[in-house]
Amino acid sequence: MRPFTYERARSPAEAVAAATRTPGARFIAGGTNLLDLMKLEIEAPAHLIDVNGLALDSIETTPEGGLRIGALVRNTDLAADARVRRDYVLLSRALLAGASGQLRNRATTAGNLLQRTRCPYFYDTNMPCNKRQPGSGCAAIGGFSRQHAVLGTSEACIATHPSDMAVAMRALDAVVETVRADGAARSIPIAEFHRLPGDSPQMETVLAPGELITAVTLPRPVGGRQIYRKVRDRASYAFALVSVGAIIQRDGSGRVALGGVAHKPWRVEAAEAELPRGAKAVADRLLAGARPTQENAFKLPLVERTLGAVLAEARGG
Amino acid sequence: MPKLTLTVNGASHELALDTRTTLLDALREHLHLTGTKKGCDHGQCGACTVIVDGRRINACLTLAVMHEGASVTTIEGLGRPEAPHPMQAAFVKHDGYQCGYCTPGQVCSAVAVLDEIKAGIPSHASADLAASPQVTAAELRERMSGNICRCGAYSNIVDAITEVAGRQA
Ligand SMILES: Cc1cc2nc3c(=O)[nH]c(=O)nc-3n(C[C@H](O)[C@H](O)[C@H](O)COP(=O)(O)OP(=O)(O)OC[C@H]3O[C@@H](n4cnc5c(N)ncnc54)[C@H](O)[C@@H]3O)c2cc1C
Ligand code: SF4
Ligand code: FES
Ligand code: FES
Repeated sequence: MRPFTYERARSPAEAVAAATRTPGARFIAGGTNLLDLMKLEIEAPAHLIDVNGLALDSIETTPEGGLRIGALVRNTDLAADARVRRDYVLLSRALLAGASGQLRNRATTAGNLLQRTRCPYFYDTNMPCNKRQPGSGCAAIGGFSRQHAVLGTSEACIATHPSDMAVAMRALDAVVETVRADGAARSIPIAEFHRLPGDSPQMETVLAPGELITAVTLPRPVGGRQIYRKVRDRASYAFALVSVGAIIQRDGSGRVALGGVAHKPWRVEAAEAELPRGAKAVADRLLAGARPTQENAFKLPLVERTLGAVLAEARGG
Repeated sequence: MPKLTLTVNGASHELALDTRTTLLDALREHLHLTGTKKGCDHGQCGACTVIVDGRRINACLTLAVMHEGASVTTIEGLGRPEAPHPMQAAFVKHDGYQCGYCTPGQVCSAVAVLDEIKAGIPSHASADLAASPQVTAAELRERMSGNICRCGAYSNIVDAITEVAGRQA
């Protein structure tokens, strides 16, 4: 690990001020992704601003009847919250399908959204990677690409966003709340939060440098059967090959978001109109324009079948 | 170097550490509590599991300086050879290990898992999110999945935890 200085911020204002003041500074929350990458010197911040003391660790009911989830709420606590278990089952299920008990006890809501890709070439500092070192090339294109994206890819990068939680957030129309160095707050709909790789895969979200996530809000509960189905190489403690998060209403309408297929949680609202016609019709729209590699073409039929299983489960009870 | 106070297994320690020191390295290299193991150093194996302020975490993926004032329990704090914790005794009885390298992490994790079930924290294996989770083999396997055992002692580990849970109930 490269040397760095460290401070504990006591308020969001203090945290963003410190981030502006100190070049190369980064926030640290659970640390479960940032420290992993710092050990490999893929991340090398000169200064860490510990945001664990910001008192952003509560879940509040909003005046509209939704939830405001503090940025520092741990994944375990979010998944276990009685309101989430009752009204946002999809979120609880997606969180519980991710990582391990130990990791979820540390991992935070904001950190989870901002976790970086698990592309093996991003992790291997001997290999070219445009995300790690812009302009160096992409070793995954033409390399081992079984885990990689099939949608929204570019000539520069075919990595996926690995979060399970973000898939649920996308289906639930979450909004990311932030504060910037000048004190300005903004609300970013989750659909606009993560970027596709394009020609700058090192830019993963629309956050400005030093912008702090303070909370994630959820609109009023939408009801329906909420199912998160994750397909992975082992039964637990593995990232998704593909995942399907769905909210299906009694009349057959609903919402579907996918994980493991793109640089962001993948949702195509227009595809949801096809729900009454079944999994194939929805998958055809969701996967339109897919550009799989030879190694990950299996993800296309896997999405359709997983969605089929989810729809059957939703009908079943 | 930043100064830090940590309570480890009930004893208070003053440390002056490089900011880069993980909680795992602080325990092993500075406090010489080598029961906690370093397997992967990247959150992938669970060998470094310790209990901090009542919660199990991976000591390798957290900085010591982030835990000013925290209370840490390691395998050494759970029990001693002459007075083992019930979970340690059950691992011995059920042969919940072979080489023993993953064992301190498994035991710390197992103790915390039973607390998590008691606290009603759901898991991926919980069929009904509205119900209180139960101690079943499926629940234990899922909840212990963050602890890898290269020797494959998994089924004996589940037996050991099940026995302790039965006694607690
Ligand atoms: C072995 C292993 C298996 C895993 N398996 C899964 C899995 O199956 N599914 C899954 O979804 N995830 C998985 N994860 C990833 C895990 O969910 C993330 O590491 C975790 O959610 C990151 O949260 P954190 O709080 O620890 O983030 P940190 O590591 O603290 O931070 C991550 C990033 O977010 C930034 N940041 C943190 N808080 C803020 C804030 N408030 N405002 C602005 N920026 C901020 C940091 O600067 C950093 O860039 C796994 C991780 C490991 C190590
Ligand atoms: S897919 Fe993206 S992250 Fe992976 S090597 Fe290519 S540029 Fe890097
Ligand atoms: S050493 Fe910490 S998880 Fe492997
Ligand atoms: S007993 Fe050898 S690794 Fe678990």
